[in-house]
Amino acid sequence: MSGFRTLVVRDLKLAGRQGSDALIVVGFFVLGAVLFPFAVGPDAAVLARISGGVIWVMALLAAMLSFDRLFQADYEDGTLELLALSPMPLGFLVLAKCLAHWLTTGLPLIIAAPILAVLLNLPADGFGALLLALALGTPTLSLLGAVGAALSLGARRAGVLVPLLVLPLAVPVLIFGVAAVDAAVGSYPAGPHLMLLGALFLAALPLCPWAAAAALRHAVE
Amino acid sequence: MSSLHRFANPARFTRISRALTPWTAAATLVLLAAGLYLGIFASPADYQQGETVRIMYVHVPSAWMAMACYTSMALASAVALIWKHPLADLAAQETAPIGACFTAVALATGALWGQPMWGTWWVWDARLTSVLVLLFLYLGYIALVNAFDDPQRGAKAGAILALVGWVNVPIIKFSVDWWNTLHQPASISRLDAPAIHPSMLTPLLLMALAFMLLFATLLMVRIRTRLMQRRLQVLQQMEIEG
Repeated sequence: MSGFRTLVVRDLKLAGRQGSDALIVVGFFVLGAVLFPFAVGPDAAVLARISGGVIWVMALLAAMLSFDRLFQADYEDGTLELLALSPMPLGFLVLAKCLAHWLTTGLPLIIAAPILAVLLNLPADGFGALLLALALGTPTLSLLGAVGAALSLGARRAGVLVPLLVLPLAVPVLIFGVAAVDAAVGSYPAGPHLMLLGALFLAALPLCPWAAAAALRHAVE
Repeated sequence: MSSLHRFANPARFTRISRALTPWTAAATLVLLAAGLYLGIFASPADYQQGETVRIMYVHVPSAWMAMACYTSMALASAVALIWKHPLADLAAQETAPIGACFTAVALATGALWGQPMWGTWWVWDARLTSVLVLLFLYLGYIALVNAFDDPQRGAKAGAILALVGWVNVPIIKFSVDWWNTLHQPASISRLDAPAIHPSMLTPLLLMALAFMLLFATLLMVRIRTRLMQRRLQVLQQMEIEG
């Protein structure tokens, strides 16, 4: 367990020292969402209708930007091989990486989301559901992204490949995430959608590290 | 396991499949001809759908095959990962383009049928969406397998992706029951008798059988081509090394 904590702390330190990486992801998230009022017009009713979906799609795309650095740096300088030789199971390594990734990209996205929601005129009823849905959905995205990143290690043009692999698998998260926001805005119960999001997270929690670990094992072979 | 390993020998596979291919190809042609004749000329038009019901004789079998191909791809991938079966990787990789084509045909014929029947080419209904995701999974798999300089690495990564993506297949199958949206529920695979008249069921099953045999034929030819390509490479390498 101490290895797990060491790894998370190490990744957080690395992210903190490079600093700009996490900020770039949030910057992309905000800038991309701000493009929408220019594209569809500043009509408040239209923006209120689409804001939940826009924020979710942008969160998904912003997360895609960050997946290639999950394992890439460690793979290139050989750290990954040493980590694979350590007594800690590879699945735990993936889980630690996912946790660090979520803390450096998922959490900033959740913090930035209410500002975007204000800019995009999301009705006040939707705020709670949006934040809860993002809190349940972004960890799932980190886990799915770990599978894509591990599979494409060492591939040509891995940066383009990862979205192609992960986006189809992330569609359910998007569907239920947006459905929760829309339900709350329309004053329907958002609970069932949030529970389905939670179920997706709980299913991804054991399965994704397992698949990603299998892929990593082939990558460092 | 010993019986499985008997067929793991590429030379034996080539011999057996070369003997089988003409027969499966001929059976495919006969069944396709019979199914198309019954479907297009000898079966009645539907009382609600009119003549467009005939699109179903292509649409439904290709949709079945789209899911069956992905499932067999996942099974072959599992066999390749667990037993390192030399032909399983090839089988999975060569199934992918065929399955992608079946998926594309299912989507295209569905759109052609949807335009007169539902009044729209496309709706974001649960089943249509999940089949579209299936198409993207096929394309992602093909892209991943071909993205590595070392083909062995591509095969392993692809196998894991195929297994992960299989979660979508039950979603497609049960999407019409879980989300009661536009696409109609199953009328063949029900616990009681199929809700379809024999005059329509016969051409449908004939077409399904024809598609299955078509898949088997194409797969055997494709795997044999890959084996020959590999042999050619080895021969060229031997010549270079002298």
